[in-house]
Amino acid sequence: MTSIIQVNNVSKSFGGVVANSDISLSVEKGAITGLIGPNGSGKTTLFNSIVGYHPIDSGTIQFEGREISKFPVQKIARLGLLRTFQQTRIYGEMTGVENMLISLPHRKMRFAEAFGCNGAEEHERAERLLEFVGLYEKRFLRAGSLSFGQQKLLEFAMALMNEPTGLLLDEPTAGINPTLINGLIDRLRRANADLGITLFVIEHNMRVIMNMADKIYCLAHGELLAEGSPAEIQSDSRVIDAYLGAH
Amino acid sequence: MTRKPFSYLLLLAVIIAAPFVFPSFGTQLATLWLMIIVALTWDMTGGQMGYNSLGNITFYGTGMYVAAVITIGMAYDVGDYTNAAGGGIHAFTDLQYFSGLFLGMLGAGLFCAAVAVIVGYVTFGLRGPYFAIGTLGVAIATGELVSNWEWVGAGQGIALPVYPGDLDTGKVLFYFLFAGTGVALFVFLKWLYKTRFGAAVNAIRDDEEKAEAMGIHTLQYKLATWAMSAFFVGIAGAISAFQLIHFEPLETAYQTINLGIFMVVCVLLGGKGTLWGPVIGAIVFHVFKEVTWTYLLGWQWVALGALIVITVVYFEGGVVGWIMSKRSERLEAREQPNDAAVGAEQ
Ligand SMILES: Nc1ncnc2c1ncn2[C@@H]1O[C@H](COP(=O)(O)OP(=O)(O)O)[C@@H](O)[C@H]1O
Ligand SMILES: [Mg+2]
Repeated sequence: MTSIIQVNNVSKSFGGVVANSDISLSVEKGAITGLIGPNGSGKTTLFNSIVGYHPIDSGTIQFEGREISKFPVQKIARLGLLRTFQQTRIYGEMTGVENMLISLPHRKMRFAEAFGCNGAEEHERAERLLEFVGLYEKRFLRAGSLSFGQQKLLEFAMALMNEPTGLLLDEPTAGINPTLINGLIDRLRRANADLGITLFVIEHNMRVIMNMADKIYCLAHGELLAEGSPAEIQSDSRVIDAYLGAH
Repeated sequence: MTRKPFSYLLLLAVIIAAPFVFPSFGTQLATLWLMIIVALTWDMTGGQMGYNSLGNITFYGTGMYVAAVITIGMAYDVGDYTNAAGGGIHAFTDLQYFSGLFLGMLGAGLFCAAVAVIVGYVTFGLRGPYFAIGTLGVAIATGELVSNWEWVGAGQGIALPVYPGDLDTGKVLFYFLFAGTGVALFVFLKWLYKTRFGAAVNAIRDDEEKAEAMGIHTLQYKLATWAMSAFFVGIAGAISAFQLIHFEPLETAYQTINLGIFMVVCVLLGGKGTLWGPVIGAIVFHVFKEVTWTYLLGWQWVALGALIVITVVYFEGGVVGWIMSKRSERLEAREQPNDAAVGAEQ
């Protein structure tokens, strides 16, 4: 078991708010790891710290053994560690296919290649992935006209187009029609198993994460509360208290 | 489909014939091309990439001076030449003139591209209005520096040699230099906007943070786009320098409030972020400006201001945006009955 993301003693505050305090965790290569915790417990902040969205106050973060805590977002993305946004970010004015083509892995591209046009191969890959997330019929629609759930699926497909090694998903099922959630779980699993992408998933829906994850970390008030297998987390009284206490 | 190349050929024929059909408008037509060039290049960052520069005039002025320094420097000592301005007359051979013209244009383009990369390295850290004001500051500061620089004639400006042939041939030559640069720029952009580069630049405009999160080399793209834009503006400045013969720094070269703003107005008039918008905007603007400057003298700035306000308030997408929205309205109207039928079935 080798870890692909290693977080050591990371702390991050915003003014007086301690969003992450002395967090250490590791994400196993090739696995699906879950990150849960009540609202405001610091999950998104930890993702932001990992992908270089903001500087951390202390601690270290490694990706594939390399220290990345001082790297900017683009550089980390080009190492193959990608994230999706909790609020979902797609290019609303572009079509589904255009959104996919813009997501081609620039880290695998020489600058001169930017002056080429996308050929049949790229279009095919874009359409195949859109089909994979169930958006093939809508591929020529303006992405901004899609429903929130469909935009989330598009953002997921865009991330896959980028061929990452590790993918951080921030609440991938939030806002998705409950009848479609099982399909999404299946797709996340296949992205993990078939494409070999390591997934680190923030999830609010307990059923989803318990179903999917190999290992789960639970945050509360910015601190790491518990870690373990889904079964262990489900029966952990501290986790249950944290969730009950939050509601 | 076969109609498209034909209409482009027709357009090219009109462009070539124009100065011969309207010989008395030679200089006007050349200026129109200058407007088209500065509008198209402004749109590269302003419309396509979402970075509204108010400092592109820096490249125009710098292009003028680079062309002058190259041309004069090949024949004389530049400092002596500017010192003697008005006094000693310096002769230039035809060869010196034309090699100066050619190398001046090329040098101006390359030098301005390099300036864009260096300046952009700092200013692209700024967003929105801060970028606009930052680049405006660069233009104003550069103009001030040059106007205090004795070696290039300071506030007096600098004079280039006069075109060695007869005056009318000279006018035609400058028309074709501007038109050739404009056509080359248009063809270049038509291609560029279809490449991955064009898509990445649009992604930066629509959501730069997302583009960064996807690993796009945003700074590289921004610098490259501005450098390409500056390259063409620099060439246009070089041609203007030869056309005007004598120019001075603040009123002509670094004219922030005239050409520096006009280029933005052209793009807003025609339609931001489109290929044809800046071209159409430049034509509309130039005609409007010439007509009001001739027939509404005294009120021309008021008329121009009113035109800008009306465009910004009522035609946000400019001429091209307005045409496209009309066209999609018509398409929708045509598809409406179908949709209604489908709705009824359900
Ligand atoms: N950019 C920010 N500025 C100030 N406070 C922030 C910022 N981002 C997050 N926080 C605060 O940090 C805490 C954790 O937020 P977040 O990481 O978004 O939680 P979660 O994703 O677990 O719901 C919250 O109290 C939130 O208000
Ligand atoms: Mg969150």
